[in-house]
Amino acid sequence: MERCKRNTLIVVGLALLLMIAIVISFRLGRYPISTKEVLGILLSRIYPIEPFWTDRMETVMINIRLPRIVLACLVGCCLSAAGAAYQGIFQNPMAAPDILGASAGAAFGAALAILNHGSGFMITVSAFFFSLLTVSLVYLVSKRVRGKSILGLILAGIIVSSLVSAGTSFIKLVADPTDQLPAITYWLMGSLSGARIRDIKFAVIPMTIGLVPLLLLRWRMNVLTMGDDEARTMGVDANQVRFIVIICATLTTASSVSVSGMIGWVGLVIPHLARKLVGNNYNHLMPATILFGAIFLLLVDNVSRTLLATEIPLGILTAFVGAPFFIYLITRERET
Amino acid sequence: MSIEVLNLSFSYGEQPVLEDVSFTAESNELLSILGPNGVGKTTLFRCILGLLTGYKGEILLDGINIKRLRIEEMARLIAYIPQIHYPSFNYSVFDMVLMGTSVQVSAISTPGRKQRKLVETALKRLGIYHLKDRGYTRISGGERQLVLLARALVQQAKILVLDEPTSNLDFGNQVRVLTEIKSLAREGYTVIQATHNPDQTFLFSDTVMAMKDGRVLAWGPPDEIYTADLIYSLYGVEVAMESLYHDKARVCIPKSIVEENHVSRFCS
Repeated sequence: MERCKRNTLIVVGLALLLMIAIVISFRLGRYPISTKEVLGILLSRIYPIEPFWTDRMETVMINIRLPRIVLACLVGCCLSAAGAAYQGIFQNPMAAPDILGASAGAAFGAALAILNHGSGFMITVSAFFFSLLTVSLVYLVSKRVRGKSILGLILAGIIVSSLVSAGTSFIKLVADPTDQLPAITYWLMGSLSGARIRDIKFAVIPMTIGLVPLLLLRWRMNVLTMGDDEARTMGVDANQVRFIVIICATLTTASSVSVSGMIGWVGLVIPHLARKLVGNNYNHLMPATILFGAIFLLLVDNVSRTLLATEIPLGILTAFVGAPFFIYLITRERET
Repeated sequence: MSIEVLNLSFSYGEQPVLEDVSFTAESNELLSILGPNGVGKTTLFRCILGLLTGYKGEILLDGINIKRLRIEEMARLIAYIPQIHYPSFNYSVFDMVLMGTSVQVSAISTPGRKQRKLVETALKRLGIYHLKDRGYTRISGGERQLVLLARALVQQAKILVLDEPTSNLDFGNQVRVLTEIKSLAREGYTVIQATHNPDQTFLFSDTVMAMKDGRVLAWGPPDEIYTADLIYSLYGVEVAMESLYHDKARVCIPKSIVEENHVSRFCS
C-alpha cells in the first residue's frame, strides 16, 4: 500500500513538474515575457483580467509559443506511451516505436504522401498505414527468428527498418529537389518548428484516440507481460488485447511522426526512466511515462529552439541523449 | 468441481503426442501425472487449459465441454500454475498475485479493494505475506512457486493445474510446496499436477496416472499402481521397491547403483 501511495505521489509530482516546465517554456525565446505576464495571459483565456501586457506579447505567446509547447508535450506523451505499451505487449524491454520500425514506417508513409502532394490528413493516414504494416512485419519476422526473443525482435526491427528506409531514400531520389526534397529531408530530421494551431487541432484527435485506450488497458498490459498462455489462463485474451494495443500505439506514433517528423529514442528512453521511478506496474507506469515524455520533449525542444540562432532538429538532440542511454541499457547487468 | 477427459488425442502434424487419454478427477482429489520428460504432459495440460484446440476427444468441466466456454469463463473454473519463470519485467509479489484477479474486473479497470483483500488472504494463507513488497525475481525458487500458487488461489477457480511445481526446488521447498498443494486438495480443490518424482508422487497423491508415449499406462490409487514394474516401463530403470511405515510410503532404489556400490565397497 505504501509503495502504491509513493508512486501516486510521484505521478502527481511529475504533473506539477510538467506545469512548471510549461510556464518556463513560455518564457524562453527571443522576445522576453516574464512569468507574471505568462500566467496573466494564460489566465485571461479562462477568466477576464485587465491586460497588463502588450498585444505583441500575447501574439507571440498564443500564436507562436503555445502551439509549439502543446505539440512538444503531445508528441512526447505519444511516443513514450507507445514505447511503454510496445514493451508490455511484446514482453520485451527493448521494444520501442523506433526499434519496431513504427517510426520508419510512418516516415515512409508520410514521405510518400508528401511526394504525391498529399494534404495533412493524407500524410497522417499514409503514415499510420505504413507504420502498422511495418510493425506487423517486424512482429511476424521476429516470431520466426530462432533463439532469444529479445534479440529476435531487435534484429527483425533492424532488417525491416532498413528496408523501409531504403524506400524512403528512393522517394527522396525521385522527389522534386526544389521544394519536395528539402521538405522531406528536414521533416525526417524531426522538428516542431512549423507547429501551428491548425496542426494541433488536426493531430490531437488521433493522438487521443490512441492514448485513451492505452491508459485504460494498462492493467491488462501487466497481465500480458506474463506471456500469452498465462494471460489466457488468467482470463485475459492476449491476442485481443495485443491487437488493440498495437493499433493504438501505432496510431499515436504515426500521428506524432506526421506532425513532427522522426524523433527517435523518446519511446525507448522515457519508459525505462519511468520504470526506474515507479516500477513496472503499468497502473503507475503508464501515467508516469506519459507525463515524463511530455516534460522531456518539452525541455529538449526548448534547447532546440534557443541554443543556437538556427534551430537544431529535435531528432538530432534526442539521439544525443538516447544513444548513450541505449548503450547503458544493453551493457548493464541483467536484474535478477 | 470435476474434470473429465474422454479419449483425448492430439498430434503435431503427423507426430502423435497424445493418444486416447481418458481420466477424471474430482473435488478433494490430488491427481499426479507421472511420466518421463516429453511424454505429452505439457500438451495434455495445454489442451485442458484451452490453450490448444485442435484435439480429438472431449474435455468436460462439471459436464460442460470446454470448447463452449469463453476465456473468462474458463479462468473462473480452472487456474494454471506454471513452472517458476523469469518474466521480462520484475513485479512486486503483491502485484504479481493481484494479476490473478484480473478476470474479476472489466477489461478497462484495475483490481480494487476487494481484490486486494483476496491477495492479502492468499499471501497469509501460504505464509508469504512478509514478501508482499519484494520483487518477484528477487525471492527464492520455493517462494516464487508459492507466489504463483497464491496467484491461482485469488483467481478463485476450483480446479488447479500445476506443471511440475517442484522442479528446480531444493528438498525442503519441495516438501513445503507439496504439503500446501495437498492441503488445498483437502479443502475441496481439484488438483492436477505433473510430476517427475516417483516417491513423492506416492506420498502425496490421491490418484496417480502414469503416462508413456502419449498413452495412459496406469491410472488409480498410488498403492495399487506404484510398483517396480511400473517404474521400469516408464523410465527403463530396474528398481527395488521398499515399503515403509506400513506402506504409507514407498521408495524406489535403482538396482544397478546399489549393486555397484556393494561391489566397490565390500569386494575391493
